[in-house]
Amino acid sequence: MDDYTASEMMIIAAARELAHAQVVFVGIGLPNIACNLAQRTVAPRLKLIYESGVYGARPGRLPLSIGDPCLVSGALGVMPMPQLLQYYLQHGLIDVGFLGAAQIDRYGNLNTTVIGDYHRPKVRLPGSGGACEIALMCRRVLIIARLNRRTFVEKLDFVTSPGFLEGGAARTRLGNYGAGPAAVITDMGIFRFDSATGEMLLSSLYPGCIVENIQEQVGWPLRVVEQPDVIAPPTQEELRIIRQELDPAGRLRM
Amino acid sequence: MSKLASMREAIAELVHDGASVAIEGFTHLICFAAGHEIIRQRKRDLILCRLTPDLIYDQMVAAGCARKLIFSYLGNPGVGSLHAIRRAVEKGVPAPLELEEYTHFGMTARYIAGAAGLPFYPLRSFAGSDLPRVNPLIRQVEDPYGSGVVFVVPPLNPDVAIIHVQRADTEGNAQIWGLLGVQIEAAFAARHVIVVAEEIVDEAVIRADPNRTVIPDLIVDAVVHESFGAHPSYVQGYYDRDTEAYIAWDTISREHETLLQWLDEWVYGLSGRAEYVAKLGSQVWERLKPGDAWSGQVNYGRYC
Repeated sequence: MDDYTASEMMIIAAARELAHAQVVFVGIGLPNIACNLAQRTVAPRLKLIYESGVYGARPGRLPLSIGDPCLVSGALGVMPMPQLLQYYLQHGLIDVGFLGAAQIDRYGNLNTTVIGDYHRPKVRLPGSGGACEIALMCRRVLIIARLNRRTFVEKLDFVTSPGFLEGGAARTRLGNYGAGPAAVITDMGIFRFDSATGEMLLSSLYPGCIVENIQEQVGWPLRVVEQPDVIAPPTQEELRIIRQELDPAGRLRM
Repeated sequence: MSKLASMREAIAELVHDGASVAIEGFTHLICFAAGHEIIRQRKRDLILCRLTPDLIYDQMVAAGCARKLIFSYLGNPGVGSLHAIRRAVEKGVPAPLELEEYTHFGMTARYIAGAAGLPFYPLRSFAGSDLPRVNPLIRQVEDPYGSGVVFVVPPLNPDVAIIHVQRADTEGNAQIWGLLGVQIEAAFAARHVIVVAEEIVDEAVIRADPNRTVIPDLIVDAVVHESFGAHPSYVQGYYDRDTEAYIAWDTISREHETLLQWLDEWVYGLSGRAEYVAKLGSQVWERLKPGDAWSGQVNYGRYC
């Protein structure tokens, strides 16, 4: 087996989560490469939907942005954004939303808006884009984020995109929305969510990763399933596609 | 009647200090040529509207054109931050910038309400998010049919929308293919519309493919012929997005001084887009030239 980076393992684990998905709403950055890898491996019929207004994209190269021209050529459909946001997303036709975040808490709430006070931010982040509606309206949500204490925090500075809010039935009380976060795919392992409390549970580890090291990167006392499973390492083919086809410059995988 | 104007004339006539301006285009068809002309004409106190401010508003904010931004995603897509806008927001450099923030759906809904002449528009986003707490224009109303409360946003009616397109006739009937973004909604919502076209075509070309027309002459004030006017953004089938330029901007924009030097060289130092195109040079245009992928043809039928 080749050596591989933690980011490569994360991208590959994220792609494998899409094995049974039909339609995925693709976010910018790491979700983008994971969804494109899934289409080339575990889910060749996967329909990629981009908020820029593309249904059934089959990009020939990894698009740097989610509005790249390669998303259009060869797609099943291209439409004005109001149509996509209302008839596809708000109507509930999308199985999986795939999001990244600058901050995430134990209930899978996401912050991509500010670090610090909203009106006097220490760091002004990009904001929601489509993330808030994706988090609410897709039937389930996958989150991809590298583990560190700046990202996995006890309390968010701002809730951009709701997960399970303060836990328990809080999300259900919002009304008839999607089921919320299903997994958080990190560079050391995968979290899933306790269906009663809405809390993150460490449920899978990557080869060579241990719970103690993950705890060090998380800003709250971890909950861990009784017997976390160990994810299979990358295959040659998965690594080849990432390195040669999707990210030859190494912008995301290093 | 022909509405053809130069970019200089169109901006001078239709973009006034203090105006709200939407140079729209979701990654695709962002009219940098118009943004640069606004900078050159030193317009001030503009309210800039766009889902994704992108490099063009980063440049306009750095140049001191704007007092406020109405937006939903403030990033250099796929690269990182918009450093000039961050400097304005975090440090007040070169001047403070007021923010009015939505989600993509929220901004889109504002344009829809503006385009449709509605007092507000309902959407099911925002629930559980902190955004309504920091933006008092995001409100809730009771569904009169009994489903509970729903979020609403008010119409957005920019004074001017600037819409880049592949082709238009001289009266402003305009056709787009590829990503449509919110070009249609922004145009119908605006009080004045400037159409900027890669190609000016005969009305017969428009009439041969009417399904592709997105903006009618009815709402257009000026038509500007500006080839390559969207670079470093792109025009589907004409030139690719200049990824290298988007990545380079991350370095150029990190310091206000280097950014101002860039503006001197690429905006103030040039008379208009034709000089910009020449200065970029044929190697860049060769690099950005896509291969061909023609659509099939459809038969509209002849009924006389």
